[in-house]
Amino acid sequence: MSNIPITATKTADKDKQAITAKPSFLKAVMAIVQKDLSAEFRSRELLSAMLVFSMLVILIFNFALELNIEVRKSVAAGVLWTTFAFAGTLGLNRSMAVEKDRGCMDGLLLAPVDRSAIFFGKAISNLAFMLIVEAIVIPLYALLYNETRIFQLDFLLIILLGSIGYIAVGTLLSAMSVQTRTRDVLLPILLFPVAVPVLLASVKASGGLIEGATFAEILTPFNLLLAYDVIFIAVAFMVFDFVVEE
Amino acid sequence: MQSKPIALTVLDVLAVIALGVATYFALVFAPTEQIMGQVQRVFYFHVGTAWVGMLGFILAAVAGIVYLVTKDMKWDRFQVAAVEISTMFFFITIVLGSIWARPAWNTWWTWDPRLTTAAVTELIYVAYFMLRAGIEDPEKRARFGAVYTLLGGISVPITFMAIRLFRTIHPVVIGNESAAAQGGFSMSGDMVTAMLVSFAAFTIIFIDLMWHRVRLSGLQEKVEQLKLKVSM
Repeated sequence: MSNIPITATKTADKDKQAITAKPSFLKAVMAIVQKDLSAEFRSRELLSAMLVFSMLVILIFNFALELNIEVRKSVAAGVLWTTFAFAGTLGLNRSMAVEKDRGCMDGLLLAPVDRSAIFFGKAISNLAFMLIVEAIVIPLYALLYNETRIFQLDFLLIILLGSIGYIAVGTLLSAMSVQTRTRDVLLPILLFPVAVPVLLASVKASGGLIEGATFAEILTPFNLLLAYDVIFIAVAFMVFDFVVEE
Repeated sequence: MQSKPIALTVLDVLAVIALGVATYFALVFAPTEQIMGQVQRVFYFHVGTAWVGMLGFILAAVAGIVYLVTKDMKWDRFQVAAVEISTMFFFITIVLGSIWARPAWNTWWTWDPRLTTAAVTELIYVAYFMLRAGIEDPEKRARFGAVYTLLGGISVPITFMAIRLFRTIHPVVIGNESAAAQGGFSMSGDMVTAMLVSFAAFTIIFIDLMWHRVRLSGLQEKVEQLKLKVSM
């Protein structure tokens, strides 16, 4: 008599298992990263745009500031970070627009994974693009402007931390701006004022290092960077659901 | 038609009186400052407007959180009201500060940390309106607005702290005895009174404007609904 309900529950359980059989969080994140990277390495439209743009910015700064040796030292960090920030918005805009344009975002949202996995996946691939651009621009800058102090481990650490903070907020805001009418112009307007602390700390820290400061001397901006990164990754993680919710 | 609540009318009158009283206290009651002279009187309204500006931004961030939790559009209306009014008051603060800075610092604008952070704060909330203007769906607009004020609300104190780690020439009047060195002054008892009156007056004006603005949004929504009904 009690046979039927038991089988019924069993099948229901099985169905439930099939539906809720989520891939692990890390796997989901890595899948999104892999998707983004392989799509990018096939087309290279995002990276090439970011790279050409960065080089143009660096060349224009040369005319604009008429860099002589004295000036160059003091503005190097500013020039680099301005370049990265601008190239970064270019990449962020594009990487989200690609998802939105052909309905890929809906596909991602339908996947049985945590929404935050989508955030981290997108953030990591955006970070990868930014780091690739930086990895090419920094040596180039060093070569063109004869700036050898750039190649110290501290400096690269600052670049990494600054990029992480910038991308964490940028990924969240680009997910928002891409859904608006004025999406192409909106991202930098939303992002730059919120990212002021991270840009400021990065410029202070990397500028200090270029001018020969020790690591202990740049500890204040370094801590600020760390704090910003932690706070904004946490906040973006918490509110990302509300941004992609349909 | 919803008639205007009597309490709101009373508050309107109170707000106008409060503004008058605050003006009297700032321009007549408060003693003339020894070194800076009359221009120091701008200080009372400068601090008053800055206070309500900050108050509104904090309320907006709180309303954002409450909206995200409850999904009640009432909190979105509250948030828009708070940001709109505070953005205006904060702008007035910056302008008044500039008027004071001209004789005191001999320039309208310096890239002093406090000034820079204030400008950044103002820009965050200007961007907020641009974000909202680009979204048609009211529910999505509310959600994005809430998320952005939340980000802004966290970013502003960090920006303030970040820039404070470096030097400032902006006077710290409250709780700082050696302010004079930075172009500040120590307040006499009458000055403190005038400042508190200004705080109170601007708080009343802020509440009054908030009430009006929230009520206006409610009426706007009603009009939208009626329009929909007519067209159907």
